Amino acid sequence: MRKRKLSRGAAVVGGGLTKLGLFKDRNCKDFFAEAFVEMADSIDKGFNPRDIDAIYVGNYSNDFFVNQSHWGPIIADLLGHVPKPVTRTEGACASSALAFREGVLAIASGLYDIVLVGGFEQMSRRTTEEVAEGLAMASSPYEVAAGFTFPGVFGTMATAYFAKYGADREALFNVTIKSHNNAPLNPKAQFPMTIRDFMNARIEKCRKKGEPVPEWRDEKDFLRDPIVNPPVAWPMHLFDCCPISDGASCLLLVAEDIAKNFTDDPIYLAGMGQGSSYSFHAKKNLTSYEATRYAAKEAFEMSGLTSKDIQFSEVHDCFSIAEIVHMEDLGFFKPGEGYKAVAGGLTRLDGSIPINTSGGLKTKGHPVGATGVAQLCEVWLQLRGQAGKRQVQNSNLRVGAAHNLGGTGGTCTFTILERR
Amino acid sequence: MAEKPFNDTAYEQFLNKEKIMGSKCKKCGALALPPRPICVSCFSSEMEWVQFKGIGKLAAFTSITVAPPYMAKEGFNRNNPYVVGVVELEEGVKTVARIIGVDARQPEYIKVGTPLKAEFHEKREGTETQMLLAFKP
Ligand SMILES: [Zn+2]
Repeated sequence: MRKRKLSRGAAVVGGGLTKLGLFKDRNCKDFFAEAFVEMADSIDKGFNPRDIDAIYVGNYSNDFFVNQSHWGPIIADLLGHVPKPVTRTEGACASSALAFREGVLAIASGLYDIVLVGGFEQMSRRTTEEVAEGLAMASSPYEVAAGFTFPGVFGTMATAYFAKYGADREALFNVTIKSHNNAPLNPKAQFPMTIRDFMNARIEKCRKKGEPVPEWRDEKDFLRDPIVNPPVAWPMHLFDCCPISDGASCLLLVAEDIAKNFTDDPIYLAGMGQGSSYSFHAKKNLTSYEATRYAAKEAFEMSGLTSKDIQFSEVHDCFSIAEIVHMEDLGFFKPGEGYKAVAGGLTRLDGSIPINTSGGLKTKGHPVGATGVAQLCEVWLQLRGQAGKRQVQNSNLRVGAAHNLGGTGGTCTFTILERR
Repeated sequence: MAEKPFNDTAYEQFLNKEKIMGSKCKKCGALALPPRPICVSCFSSEMEWVQFKGIGKLAAFTSITVAPPYMAKEGFNRNNPYVVGVVELEEGVKTVARIIGVDARQPEYIKVGTPLKAEFHEKREGTETQMLLAFKP
């Protein structure tokens, strides 16, 4: 089979991400404007927004969440981009990773030179039950008919993983604790707290109310407590699940040959891939995502790199088990070894391959349509050495990646960025 | 009588008659449940109906405490969770289904690999009743 190469390369020259959280009194126009202004300010040599040839924005389901569809022209109007083209992409939680991909393809084709890519979602205006229903629309119809929820599908995968490899809930705690350790280092995070911080806050609350003060030996003991960490869909408990969030993200993508007009330190696209998968019940292997494997294979082929070359990565952790399984599918660890690697600290900020330096979806937040590009913002910041307190300590940081999953695995992308 | 189309509607109509019906590719023999109009192994569209015995084992499961609105209507909630799972059928295909006859409140004691048998579970909504595929040990 012929190797998939781009006819013309692309580079990221600016990025912006809103603070993530629940902001009922603002809307997606506010969020996208905030991300855009931060992106514009981040371009070292500046740029003229009039030069943007086209916009690609990812949004999963504002149609349902805020009763408004056709978001492309709303964004074009917001940015004064009218009458130039704007296209909305939808791939559930991977919607904006698809926007990034469309932007790259448009540049590679030679059609455009400067493209804005991004994403947004507002989930806070619906109740938790309604959001759960809205997200379940991205599962396969068979899963929904049988009574599965989103956490339920991932919980099911976890029991298959446990049975196959001998892991247990305690193994998942390590993922949660690791991600929360990175969270306070990210000023954009929705929950900038370690698990210790949660423990102390709870103790403080009980003291103030004059209630019995709980005693936990350590973080795992806290996570074992069903009062503070109740089950959602066994073995997924509250602290295994990402939150409901609002927010927006964007990146400015330009043709490789003009990148230096914008900055002396562009971050180049090395490789990208996208895959699809069957419904959960039709999967051959319940502990693997074929969409992720295919996306990774494409990205590695395009870049000429292997999983060993990836120095750090954002990995889609909508649920704790997802981070473990995806790390294995991406080749960072062998099947069945992912949970041991997390236990051994290999994926910590100071580990051999830091995973989710941003704190991941679990702590940073997951406004689904914004997530794919938000992940790439983190990779871009890290490669430029601008990640602040969570900067990966490596004087030769050159290659980072982002893995994004949509739905229950129906769409997955893998994107590798590099500093040259 | 014209043959039923190999689709989800026909699958549900068969379930209402307490039959688990899938498709078998006439060309390569690949099975699909629910039925498929096009074989994903050889891309043939020549199918025949095949009845599944409804015997299998539990491949994976979850016990859901935070129920979606349509399950809450059936009375499921934090204090009354329910189990759904993936069942690997004797014929070699998998299906997703409600798992009954297990203790949803103690999921840590439910074992992957448990042998299961199909049971048809009547679901009433207003005046309409529909058969749901469930499995139990
Ligand atoms: Zn066939």
